Amino acid sequence: MTGPQHHSPPHWDYPQYEPGEPVALFIPCYIDQFYPRVAEATARLLIDQGVPVVYPEEQTCCGQPAFNSGYWEESRRVIRHFCDVFAGYRYIVCPSGSCTAMCRVFFAHVDPDERIVGVGRRVFELTEFLVEILGVADTGATFPHKVTMHSGCHGRRELGLLEQPLKLLKNVRGIEYRELPNIEECCGFGGTFSVKMPGTSLAMGQTKAANILKSGADVVCSVDISCLMHVHGILQRDPAMKHIRAMHIAEVLAAKGNGQ
Amino acid sequence: MPHPTIPLEGAQFLKAETVGLAEPRGFKALGESAERSAKHTAEIAATIPHWQEWREAANQIKSYAIANLDKLLVEFERNVTARGATVLWAADAHEANQYILDLVKEHNVKTIVKSKSMVSEEMELNHALEAVGARPVETDLGEYLVQLARQRPTHIVTPALHLSAADVGRLFQDKLKEPFSAEHQHLTNVARRHLREDFIIADMGISGCNFAMADTGTICVVENEGNAGLSTSAPPIHVVLMGVEKVIPGIQYLPVFLNLLGRSGTGQKLTTYTHLFHGPPPGRKMVVILLDNGRTNVLKDPAARMALFCIRCGACLNACPVYRRTGGWAYGWVYPGPIGAVLTPHLIGLDKAGKLPFASSLCGACGEACPVRIDIPHQLVHMRHRAVNEPSPMNSPMERLTWAVWAWWFSGPKRYRLAMAMVKLGIRMAKILPWHPGKLGAWTRGRELPRVPGGPAFRDWWRRNGAQMKPTSQTEPITHP
Ligand code: SF4
Repeated sequence: MTGPQHHSPPHWDYPQYEPGEPVALFIPCYIDQFYPRVAEATARLLIDQGVPVVYPEEQTCCGQPAFNSGYWEESRRVIRHFCDVFAGYRYIVCPSGSCTAMCRVFFAHVDPDERIVGVGRRVFELTEFLVEILGVADTGATFPHKVTMHSGCHGRRELGLLEQPLKLLKNVRGIEYRELPNIEECCGFGGTFSVKMPGTSLAMGQTKAANILKSGADVVCSVDISCLMHVHGILQRDPAMKHIRAMHIAEVLAAKGNGQ
Repeated sequence: MPHPTIPLEGAQFLKAETVGLAEPRGFKALGESAERSAKHTAEIAATIPHWQEWREAANQIKSYAIANLDKLLVEFERNVTARGATVLWAADAHEANQYILDLVKEHNVKTIVKSKSMVSEEMELNHALEAVGARPVETDLGEYLVQLARQRPTHIVTPALHLSAADVGRLFQDKLKEPFSAEHQHLTNVARRHLREDFIIADMGISGCNFAMADTGTICVVENEGNAGLSTSAPPIHVVLMGVEKVIPGIQYLPVFLNLLGRSGTGQKLTTYTHLFHGPPPGRKMVVILLDNGRTNVLKDPAARMALFCIRCGACLNACPVYRRTGGWAYGWVYPGPIGAVLTPHLIGLDKAGKLPFASSLCGACGEACPVRIDIPHQLVHMRHRAVNEPSPMNSPMERLTWAVWAWWFSGPKRYRLAMAMVKLGIRMAKILPWHPGKLGAWTRGRELPRVPGGPAFRDWWRRNGAQMKPTSQTEPITHP
């Protein structure tokens, strides 16, 4: 890698997090509906750090699918709703690098309105919030398995997210961390890309799956379960890879050694 | 050599793609070479402590140059003319070709040696020359191979990236009647032997231009094979083909670009040869053709400025996981890869190339690789936004309606619940069906659908359990392995 460039790191000029201050959870739609346990683990991790968690029930989506497809006007409508819902919170935490990047980086493209950009800037990815805002290095988890990590592109390239999740992961008790070969190449999900260019998306995903197998891990985790939805779909098709489980990193970081 | 010449009829990317299979075009070797180049570049860049500063500097110089293009081009023209060259302004490819055809006629030119020029690909210059009976000879080894095979380049720096040594051996056997060999040095010698004769008899040499210095009227051409040196010095006429965006304000800004270009293009500290031309040598002729061909379209769109900063190093192609799997021809025009996906719609119009910006997973590898820090991933989404709003193959009332419904569903929690319930039901049903149509079929051809959990969505779970969640006692013993 020639190094980060468009990083939008947490804004250090932003007022410090006050202990006891409530944090709003933003749970992306696919996690809410298809991976509720990921959201539960996210809440658990924050609460275990003594952070009061609020879940604004009116929330829906960050607007990313329409934005990536070029439909910014439609995306803006959803973004405005997002900002209405989250306007009152200084810290918004989301268990997805990609959705966080949408809020923090791309809101400004769709709607330069100060209020919109301001809310977007207050969204933090979970591991980023734990490591950089709370200073957590160890979540106290136990997970005795061979684990590798897929690094979602939006999180890594737009937010500079890589060391934070790795740090937390490597401090999990019992874990055997396996390097993922060619970690920097995209898995090919890309949201609507996977249906607009299914052949290429699949070819990319198959390379990723093969690298996961090469890593020797039994579990692949990521800050982005959307990538894993695609990659796991491919793993399941191959008898040699079927045994590999896909988990969100929050589930690993909240594991208490019962193997769940 | 799996593919014949692809005609320049605009980008067909997604059309071919929707019927594509897992390995869309079987360019395994090309993908591996591109990946190797990308790694090589990254390694060499990592040895430079100020790499990021260099990129930033290059970005700022280009930013200044593009903002002042009108003044800098005139300054360049004045200075290069003072050194004895002739400057011709061409609004489009046709005009540029005409200038060259006039020269060919005037000087009775038969053989033309060309060093690598992507601009000449834009102009389809070789066709134009052949049509009047002149004989253009590509002298860059990769271009030479592609020309012999009557194909198009698959890459802007390494045009024959898709050909293996054995492919080249067969090509030479077929076209040059040489005995078959797959040995690199031997093949290079064969090409050299054939090309040498053309250098000697050529009446005109054509080169591209990597950088043009406004203050000194200098033209910089970089290369590795010595062919550009010969093409520009052996024949009595040297024609320089230059896109208008190539001008930089002064020669003191050149080194940073040379440092970036060699490393990003081929992983070299510096290209083997760096030629600086200051007008024609005595008794020779030098003609500089300044080509617009759609470049000024970019200036009309302030958000797209950066697309003109490109120094054609090819790093974004090598870094791109889509390019690695599809090769260059899939992009349907001269410039492939991420920068092609941004630039082509500007140059030939969204109506023809509107699909190209969608040929990306938006992973951002291109932006990370670009030595002049072009924000390619953001340029891609910008061009997508334009493609769905302006006349283009991606402007679809049906898709707009779909997104409008989506936006309505997702801007209220009740509607969201309903929509999600329908999606879940749909997936449950799809899991039972043996065959899936359209987009869904495209997904399930190689992947399982996600499992639909039986329990409540998080929002419903939270309503019941959220308030009771208490911190796990930190003193609770943690089960060590
Ligand atoms: S866009 Fe950047 S990386 Fe791509 S060819 Fe141009 S200069 Fe090189």
